[in-house]
Amino acid sequence: MISIRGLTKRFGGTTVLDAIDLDIADGERVVVIGPSGTGKSTLLRCVNFLDRPDAGTIAVGDVVVDAERASKRDMLALRRATAFVFQNYALFANKTAKENIMEALVTVQRRPKDEAERRALAVLAETGLAEKADSYPSALSGGQQQRVGIGRAMAIGADLMLFDEPTSALDPEWVGEVLDLMRRVAEQRQTMLIVTHEMQFAREIADRVVFMDGGRIVEVGPPDQVLDTPKDERLRRFLRRVA
Amino acid sequence: MRALDLDYMLGLVPVILGYVPLTLFMASVAMVCALVLASLLAVERVIRVPGLDWLVMLFISFFRGTPLLVQLFLFYYGLPQVLSFLAQINGVTAAIMGLTLHFSAYMAEAIRAAIIGVDRSQWEAAQSIGMTPAQMMRRIVLPQAGRIAAPTLVNYFIDMIKGTSLAFTLGVTEMMGATQKEAAGSFLYFEAFLVVAILYWIIVETLNQGQKQLETYLNKAYAR
Repeated sequence: MISIRGLTKRFGGTTVLDAIDLDIADGERVVVIGPSGTGKSTLLRCVNFLDRPDAGTIAVGDVVVDAERASKRDMLALRRATAFVFQNYALFANKTAKENIMEALVTVQRRPKDEAERRALAVLAETGLAEKADSYPSALSGGQQQRVGIGRAMAIGADLMLFDEPTSALDPEWVGEVLDLMRRVAEQRQTMLIVTHEMQFAREIADRVVFMDGGRIVEVGPPDQVLDTPKDERLRRFLRRVA
Repeated sequence: MRALDLDYMLGLVPVILGYVPLTLFMASVAMVCALVLASLLAVERVIRVPGLDWLVMLFISFFRGTPLLVQLFLFYYGLPQVLSFLAQINGVTAAIMGLTLHFSAYMAEAIRAAIIGVDRSQWEAAQSIGMTPAQMMRRIVLPQAGRIAAPTLVNYFIDMIKGTSLAFTLGVTEMMGATQKEAAGSFLYFEAFLVVAILYWIIVETLNQGQKQLETYLNKAYAR
């Protein structure tokens, strides 16, 4: 169970997240949509403390962190309970595909190297990249890099997986394979919080869709309700633009 | 103008070659120590530990701002007068210390620039999987910064090899010291110093070849 309460983030004088409340059940898939610059990415980055929130609490499983009192230890605990998939993949450039996946297991989780390697190879097989285990990121296509990025997040076994526009930086030809992999992750009942502009994918994968605008959650509900019978005028305008 | 005494020069080569190991020993030990020290200094300059930052800046400023020869004299002839435990320090140790401190100040700046040059996404990815700042530096940032800084660091190593010749002023008989002694006996200064110059030159050129291989190795992760 993930529980976000009053999550607030300001950059300079601008309030980017304005007291966000959001609960996510175990195994639930929540997709966040909305115009650019409305705080969707910041929401994900604050849940992972890549951006430090100014106020609010985040509870992921047993880890409860109060933004105003968060110690370094709290921050690490929260990051270790979550896994992040970046828009620009952000694979470790000095490590092979396999080593990218092993890194968190060996360095952070202190697992034996041979066990971590077995796990990494199993995850690579799931992503369909078994034969790329020893390739460096620079030798992989964008789609392959993002699949390794998702594999890196899968291997951690996190309570919550965060996807920050995972297909936005991809050439159109690679979008399909990344979405396919995300569908497979979803089938494993992995709890997912996804920011995306892929409306068809959102409709298909989401248990709930969250529409954000101006740093607030404007509308929440099952995909058909939010996407087909939008109540708020801003959501209607947004859907007309992206349709 | 007189002709060069080629026989004398050829005879001198094996004599001076005998001191190459000591020169390389001093340079290598100082290089390893300087790399470690410079990395620590550079990381401090990037994360700016309160209360430590000014000390690191002072250190770097002093060792970049004063000549190596002055620093060597300070360590070898000066410090033992105030710090009695240094009374037994020998020339080789003092030279290694001086080279380490002097070059670590320069190398710290090169490594600091390289750390800042590592893409922001690499730091964020390391943070996102829950690495501690120390793990992030050691496993992700420094290895990538090392690749960026490698050509500059090899340059400093070359400078360091040439810098070991100053150890002769501390009474160390290394390549330069040996040449000086030989020349004082034969009075063939031009021949003697020409031989030692050529030998330094060959060592440095050999290293330059090594640098190309090092760069190929370091770039293997980035080859398309």
